[in-house]
Amino acid sequence: MVERILEVERLSVDIQVPAGTLRAVQGINFHVDRGETLCIVGESGCGKSITALSLMNLLPSSATRTADKLELDGREIQNFDERQMADLRGDRLAMIFQEPMTSLNPAYTIGNQLEEAMLRHRNVSRSEARDRAVFLLEKVGITGARGRLKQYPHQLSGGLRQRVMIAMSLMCGPDLIIADEPTTALDVTIQAQILHLLADLQREFNMSLILITHDLGIVARVADRVAVMYAGEFVETGTADQVFNRPSHPYTQGLLNCIPIPGKTKRGAHLGAIPGIVPSLIGEMHGCHFASRCQFVQDDCLKGKIAFREATKGGHQYRCILSSAESARNLKKANAA
Amino acid sequence: MSKSVIEVAEATKTFMISAGFMRGKMPLHAVNGVSIDVQQGEVLGIVGESGCGKTTLARMMLGLLDPTSGAIKVNGQPVDNVDRLEVARQLQPIFQDPYSSLNPRKSIGDIVTLPLKVQGDPDPDTWKRRAEEMMEMVGLPSRVYNNFPSQLSGGQRQRVAIARALINRPEIVICDEPTSALDVSVQSQILNLLQDLRKEFGLTYIIISHNLAVVEHMATRVAVMYLGRVVEQADTETLFKSPKHPYTEALLGSVLTPVPGLGVPDTHLGAAYPNPIDPPSGCTFHPRCAKVMDCCSKQFPPTIPNKHGFVECHLYSQDAKPPKVAAKRGRAAAKKAVNGSGAAQKKSRKTRARASRRK
Amino acid sequence: MTDATIGRASVPTAQEILEPSPGAMLRRRIFGHAGIVIGGFVLLVIFLMALLAGVISPGDPYDQVLDRKLIPPVWFDSPKATWEHPFGTDALGRDYLTRLFYGARISLLIGFSAMLISGIIGTTLGVLAGYFGGRVDMVVNFILTTRLSLPVILVALAVVSLVGSSLTVVIWVLGLLIWDRFAVVMRSATQQVRNLEFVAAAQALGCSKTRIIMTEIMPNIVNHLTVVATLEMAHAILLEAALSFLGLGVQPPEPSWGLMVSEAKGLMFFDAWLITIPGAAIFALVLSINLLGDGIRDVTAPENRN
Repeated sequence: MVERILEVERLSVDIQVPAGTLRAVQGINFHVDRGETLCIVGESGCGKSITALSLMNLLPSSATRTADKLELDGREIQNFDERQMADLRGDRLAMIFQEPMTSLNPAYTIGNQLEEAMLRHRNVSRSEARDRAVFLLEKVGITGARGRLKQYPHQLSGGLRQRVMIAMSLMCGPDLIIADEPTTALDVTIQAQILHLLADLQREFNMSLILITHDLGIVARVADRVAVMYAGEFVETGTADQVFNRPSHPYTQGLLNCIPIPGKTKRGAHLGAIPGIVPSLIGEMHGCHFASRCQFVQDDCLKGKIAFREATKGGHQYRCILSSAESARNLKKANAA
Repeated sequence: MSKSVIEVAEATKTFMISAGFMRGKMPLHAVNGVSIDVQQGEVLGIVGESGCGKTTLARMMLGLLDPTSGAIKVNGQPVDNVDRLEVARQLQPIFQDPYSSLNPRKSIGDIVTLPLKVQGDPDPDTWKRRAEEMMEMVGLPSRVYNNFPSQLSGGQRQRVAIARALINRPEIVICDEPTSALDVSVQSQILNLLQDLRKEFGLTYIIISHNLAVVEHMATRVAVMYLGRVVEQADTETLFKSPKHPYTEALLGSVLTPVPGLGVPDTHLGAAYPNPIDPPSGCTFHPRCAKVMDCCSKQFPPTIPNKHGFVECHLYSQDAKPPKVAAKRGRAAAKKAVNGSGAAQKKSRKTRARASRRK
Repeated sequence: MTDATIGRASVPTAQEILEPSPGAMLRRRIFGHAGIVIGGFVLLVIFLMALLAGVISPGDPYDQVLDRKLIPPVWFDSPKATWEHPFGTDALGRDYLTRLFYGARISLLIGFSAMLISGIIGTTLGVLAGYFGGRVDMVVNFILTTRLSLPVILVALAVVSLVGSSLTVVIWVLGLLIWDRFAVVMRSATQQVRNLEFVAAAQALGCSKTRIIMTEIMPNIVNHLTVVATLEMAHAILLEAALSFLGLGVQPPEPSWGLMVSEAKGLMFFDAWLITIPGAAIFALVLSINLLGDGIRDVTAPENRN
């Protein structure tokens, strides 16, 4: 029996900017089950980070969030006030940010910050909190954990700081962790370690994870399910296997063609490209958001809202007017080229 | 026979940085005895983690930093002795961040014609036409000539930076992380453009990147840097197929190709990147190495040439002749250490011999 | 492959200009900023007063008519008040409005000249220290610390008592003393810009140091410069008023606002308007310059982009 941790229906975020209303997220649906990893992947400006912040209710004041449903563990959290949200954050819901330097307070020792994260939510003594902090620091692979508690963030390297952030997010044993580009600021070797660690911990504590990234490599390796986001919308969703082995939306196909893959792409050959730039999200949009850059664009693409269609059985969906047979043909052609 | 366009011989760069409150200054060997020859027409990839000295090395090649010791020659002439304009004509950089590499107060036209202006090009009348030609070649519409960088997208800005670098037709272009600030779809456009321009102008590239997939795609030869040293150098094919140095292996192992179901690899690189002010003894990689041996923490590893390049690791020292290699290496910065380790090496061979006799 | 096809091979045609030009955006922001509009307007009025003092003044600033002294301004309910002297007359029977107009000249002249002198000194030192760093930075820091340990008013007092006081002396004393903020701000602004990659790109192109400083760095720190310049101008005007009040600045019978306050201080409890009017004028001028400076900082600050 799967336990649904998060259920989101028609989530939209509008941001007021001088030029008008920027429709950063436009009615996306998704859910996360216990123990599952959902990856939201997209390029800069597609709305993936805003989605994360909106779940935590940490949006800037110029932004408004609307949703038909926003249920955490079966509880509707849309109308929670600031105090209720604060009780939730760090307890049931935790977030890991991209830049570990700025998300730790430089004025306090990491021990202090780790303990605080627990004392805020749990009725425990400081020494119990400290024991938990040491336990988790060791879990995230930091040696000499007890000594580290007295250190300040600036005394740690980027990789260590990100480990501390992960330990901090685990202090209260959350149901769901939202990680926004957790390894983008780190070197590849450290990135692999951190992702490995996240996957291990997730299995061990049976947590759910929403991982937000632009890196298709990470998505393929970590995700159970994938949502490809473009210009405020999901354009393709499915399991990692479905999305990577049989990409159906022209954008997903294009993205996968863009990256050089050692051993697969011919060295020095031309890589695939997606022409054009992301459309402005200010004001109303009609039809398919990808139409301006799509090589298969037709008149029908510009009419009304494009619906999701099933690519294969088992929840693999994509938002396009091309039938799954046509998109499979396009994929074959692109792979042959 | 191809000729060397850049020769780097035993270059070192030491920064004096403050080690902490009241602790005075400590030397940081950002680049610690690197020798690289860049052949005309090749694409040399330099990979390594942040802090390994790859950007410092690039800045020394460009003549923006003077090496503390060693020599860097561009087309046979030492880069620090020749007129800056002469070097600028042969060698141009493309930087990582297209948002900070263009002066926000200058129009695109001013930026692209600046190299002509600086070189004192004799026909100012042709500047605009030539800039527009160059812009067209890098895929910029000529109508952006009077626009400002803030009006362009990241990809377009990188194209402006490329146009500026190429308008004086240099032979060598040093690309420092040319695409890491760009989105995936834009990255492929820029990589394609760089490939096209290379064929068109017969350029030599030095591509510095932490993205191994990009380096694998673009480079013909790769140098792997770790803590200021080149630890392995080989042609791309060999390096990616059969990496020799354990660090190269770990680096390649951390590349996440978009293949579902493989999971995240465990690189076994336990400890974090060492503090470059206080590097580990012997082989600087030994605390993180999966194949560490006794000698690794004691002696500096020898440079062992092979037919594809070289590797700097104790694992391969049996088949080479260690004393000879050590003498040839002649690291200026650590000459004493080398001599010391030479003695230690002899000793360790003796103990090894004794051990085998006992068997 | 021809030149043109290279471009087309890898690039799409549909590319658009993302934003209006920086100049257009700046203009839009300037006229949308209340501080700039109000400050700019008040400053413009004071500037016009100073410029046209000879034309619009009802009288002569030095003309003493002793039997018409201490006439109150027209809005006072007094039989003596007359439209001939809208702001009344001072203790020596000089028309107060006229003296106010001519006083604006002195305030603006001193403020602007002192700002210019200190700006040139401070910017030069700050940019050199920021660009070259190392030894140059150490020397500049030493000069700066030395300067900061000198109390402005006391040094001004000493200089004036040594060489006597005049408009020129006040300008030079202030100009040579208040460059510290220019140096500090320009130094840190230069350090920031200096580390950006376009400076490295210019170096790699073989640009000379002078060219890099003048064409790559200066245009990017000129916004900081304008902000400091306005603040220092206001600062200089206040210092001049203070010096004149102490009798060490502009000498009578010149119509300086600080001096007018000083001359009126004896009558403060009987004819308060004598002190209120020049006081209010100083207040309005300094406030308008500061509003303008803050506004310029707001519209040019990087976080306000987009």
